[in-house]
Amino acid sequence: MSAKNTALQHHFNDLDQQYQASQLGMWAFLVQELLFFGGLFAGYVVYRNLYPEAWTLGSHELDVSLGSTNTAILILSSLTMAMAVYWAQKGQKTKLVLFLVATLILGCSFLGIKVIEYSHKVQHHLLPGNGFSFDSPLADQVRIFFSFYFAMTGMHAFHMIVGAGILIWLIVQAMKGRYTAEYNTPIEMFGLYWHFVDVVWIYLFPLLYLIGRN
Amino acid sequence: MSHHVVPLKTYYTIFFALLALTAITVAVAFLDLGALNDVVAMGIASTKASLVILFFMHVKYSSKLTWVAIIGGIIFLAILLIIILSDYMTRGADTFPQAW
Repeated sequence: MSAKNTALQHHFNDLDQQYQASQLGMWAFLVQELLFFGGLFAGYVVYRNLYPEAWTLGSHELDVSLGSTNTAILILSSLTMAMAVYWAQKGQKTKLVLFLVATLILGCSFLGIKVIEYSHKVQHHLLPGNGFSFDSPLADQVRIFFSFYFAMTGMHAFHMIVGAGILIWLIVQAMKGRYTAEYNTPIEMFGLYWHFVDVVWIYLFPLLYLIGRN
Repeated sequence: MSHHVVPLKTYYTIFFALLALTAITVAVAFLDLGALNDVVAMGIASTKASLVILFFMHVKYSSKLTWVAIIGGIIFLAILLIIILSDYMTRGADTFPQAW
């Protein structure tokens, strides 16, 4: 905690105070993210209760095995991110970089599978818009299901893309030796963001993929 | 410093618990439990979310102020959902626009 510590910014008394401020600020951001996604979830619940049969029909067009695989990939990426935070706290630069890279690769794998899923949906004319067609009297209602599907997974994927961009920046900074056992707050705060995006997917997966499967 | 270093063993345990719960939620989705299907799916999802938040996100070891921020956020999410649903669920289907 000496005055020589370059990580300590002048408006904080010590590193602990600085860390607590960062943590609270990050959570304030994540809580507004929760309410942002909450609007989409609220719309989903309202329309699902209006059109339950269409929701079942739409959900059956989604691929449970791809969705499950992506869930597992995202959980594994949360583990590698948690381990990156652990090695940052231990001041092990090489392992920190290694686990950040692993998290980035897993995040990109998730997005890759999402691209495959989206392209299948477009090929099957399930993208809402002029090209949409679905062979059922409930086609118009199924279109609403797919509007929610693309809006919710798309907004989630957008968060993953932003996360991947920040990860690349953190990897570069970590390789420069910017983070030590004493100062690794950006790694920990990014971990919070990454895990939050995981939590959103934990709800999206059963709500979109697993309806009316019995 | 109040940084709590969570041991790797805890992370591994949570990871396997999350994978197991994912397998359970997929398996249960193919059983016919009637209205309980949704309750079980959301219960499992909330259990998974709690594990991630408490351990991966270190909230179990975080300050009281952080807890206040998070619980405040969850309460506001509940207000959002409860007020919207208490409107839509009590209207009767004929009051909705019939455009679709």
